[in-house]
Amino acid sequence: MQTGLEEQLGLYQKRIPIFTRSIKGRFRNLKTAVLVGAYAIFFFLPWLPWTRADAPAQAVLLDVPGRRFFIFGLTAYPQDIVWLALLLFIAATLLFFVTGLIGRAFCGYFCFQTLWTDFFVWIERKLQGERPARIRLYRQPWNREKMLKLGGTHALWIAFSFWTALTFVLYFAYAPDLFMRFFQGKAAPAAYMTVGILTLTTYAAAGLMREQICTYVCPYGRFQSVMYEPQTLAVHYDVARGENIHGRAVARPGLRNLDERHAKGHGDCVDCNLCVQVCPAGIDIREGLQYKCISCGLCVDACNTIMDSFQFPRGLIRYDSESNLAKPTPAPPRLHWKRLNILGYGIAFTLMSGYLIYSIATRSSSDYGVTQIRQPLYVVLSNGDIRNRYQIRITNKSEHSVRYQIDSKDLPAAALDLGNFGQLQLKPGHGALIQASVRLSPRQAAHTSEFKLNITPQNRADSTRVIPLRFDKPETLR
Amino acid sequence: MSEQKLQSQTVQTTGHAWDGDLQEYNNPLPTWWIYAFYFTVAFALVYWIIYPSWPVGKSFLSGVSDVTYVNNKGETVTRHWNTRAVYMADMNAATAQQKPYFDKVAHQSYQTIAHDPEMNGFILSAGKALFAENCAACHQAGGQGRPGFFPNLTDDDWLYGGDFETIHTTIVGGRRGYMPAFGEVLSAGEINQLTHYVASLSGIEHDVAQAQAGSLLFHSNTAACFYCHGTEAKGRKEIGAPNLTDKIWLWAGVPAAESGRAKLAAINSVITSGLNKGVMPAWGERLSPEQIKILTVYVHELGGGQ
Repeated sequence: MQTGLEEQLGLYQKRIPIFTRSIKGRFRNLKTAVLVGAYAIFFFLPWLPWTRADAPAQAVLLDVPGRRFFIFGLTAYPQDIVWLALLLFIAATLLFFVTGLIGRAFCGYFCFQTLWTDFFVWIERKLQGERPARIRLYRQPWNREKMLKLGGTHALWIAFSFWTALTFVLYFAYAPDLFMRFFQGKAAPAAYMTVGILTLTTYAAAGLMREQICTYVCPYGRFQSVMYEPQTLAVHYDVARGENIHGRAVARPGLRNLDERHAKGHGDCVDCNLCVQVCPAGIDIREGLQYKCISCGLCVDACNTIMDSFQFPRGLIRYDSESNLAKPTPAPPRLHWKRLNILGYGIAFTLMSGYLIYSIATRSSSDYGVTQIRQPLYVVLSNGDIRNRYQIRITNKSEHSVRYQIDSKDLPAAALDLGNFGQLQLKPGHGALIQASVRLSPRQAAHTSEFKLNITPQNRADSTRVIPLRFDKPETLR
Repeated sequence: MSEQKLQSQTVQTTGHAWDGDLQEYNNPLPTWWIYAFYFTVAFALVYWIIYPSWPVGKSFLSGVSDVTYVNNKGETVTRHWNTRAVYMADMNAATAQQKPYFDKVAHQSYQTIAHDPEMNGFILSAGKALFAENCAACHQAGGQGRPGFFPNLTDDDWLYGGDFETIHTTIVGGRRGYMPAFGEVLSAGEINQLTHYVASLSGIEHDVAQAQAGSLLFHSNTAACFYCHGTEAKGRKEIGAPNLTDKIWLWAGVPAAESGRAKLAAINSVITSGLNKGVMPAWGERLSPEQIKILTVYVHELGGGQ
């Protein structure tokens, strides 16, 4: 019999089920407000009407086959991908900025994993009862009650996951129409597949995996710790105040008020464990800052509730900075924003946001692309003239019909031939591809190797777009 | 080995001991992995039912799913699922999507198509694809042709005419250009005179006296060049005889020749041996009327048309 075998741990840790107790308080209210606001936006936005000339009346519609993305009054095209890239950069910088300042606030209040888990726990609590009732249900053998309550919970979770998935899909087509077709079995296969996958993942992530997503799956949660500094506000347990010399102690007779406790060397923590019971990540904040903490502030609410009931001062668990807590007598917590990296993130955020707003506000209502035809680069005509040809692509991105004038000031009159499209009328959202040719005599060609093409939208305030182009010719004329 | 009843958090052994103390770890596969494996097995079973799967003798299980498409003969066919049928169904769908444009092409006049920006865009892209598939082998991808073999379609010289109707006729019926070899009927001196005359027409360095003699010969019944190339040597489009007074050369390698002597030699060679290679096949049988119409407008736009 070999020894030591028993102590070897398995590769996988079993999940320890977490049954969170509900709590009332400032941060709970904030979380609820964010949840209600985010859900209101997510679930109702696809149904918000918005009158449009030649597109479905939906305020936010991501028309992928049509390659047009309607966001209220703004129509974005694939060419505007820079905006999306910029938006992602801004979001990243904002995350860095906020995390450097107040820790994982995104995780605790805004992340969809947190929001959906929060709502799923709310469903669980409404059906199965408060924490002790849920633990009892978990431990008891399978019977009618357990099957009904657990089955009901999971059924509701799946229903809500389905609704979430369906809402997501509604952003990609005209919502009332897609909604009807979806239930008539006439929607596109992609819609059913997306809804199926999202229903499953939502159910699994918010119903079954919960904090494991944050702990094992989410990269953001992990790399945000890099932005933590001693000055960062995070949820902390005031160890000095809570433990004193002889540690925390339950509020037995003789330890009921602060004077008695301090006299006996005990801290303010009455070891009620409420902060542990409310924690959605299942950690004990009194063990210090840890990677599983999503900084949601529920333990702050829990501790404040207990402190109030004992008439102890609030804030044994609070948002505070490590540097402040390290002081012999900590000052009231405050934001330390005058730090180089915070200012840097702030400036980057402001500049990029400013540029994005500027870029969107001054967006051109037309898109132009001119390419020279390269096969052949030039043609010698019957009288010896040299001709180059160009393809001009114009897209009218505005919501009005626009007339375009194409000309060039660098070329002799009549050198530029636009065929039948010297003036071009384009309907909103439409584009045109036309051919232009430039014909120069050998003498003129010898002097011309570049010229500028002007495209002017006639009835728009936009200025003329000047496009520089090459003129190619035989080597003998160079 | 009652001690081996370990907690799930520890590594188990298989429970055997050899040579007294030799034991074997029992590391079962992770549960999630096992279930993923069971899932793939179930997936395979479903797949066998839906799609063609197992060989059975000389045939195979064809699966319950099928694909309906319209084949090249216009018959509606339903087959068991296979990639060829899926491809055909995809092609049917694409044809249906293109149909409104092809219908417009069929019903509109050339002028209407050429003046409609949206149709013009369609012609430029559909025409490009058709041209690349059918015409580019000779006329090259951009229609620039190959000197000495295939005419350049992007210049403003049209052997047979550059209006819509003529281009259409050319594509439908094909063309055959021919010039007899004069080496057999004329003396070398006479051919040399003609060479200098032809060179003089487009301003190439030449001997004036020789050219004058050549001009007489050109317009005489002996050589009878004017029959085809016309009295002014500007060609005759009905038979595709080229204009000799412009700067464009298809058969004689004049633009590529470096010296004046080489240019003359190039012209001389064409007069001596004649030409019988200006052949373009007929496309009327191979392409649909709409495709030919699209190509007509496309080719018209390549060279600016007439």
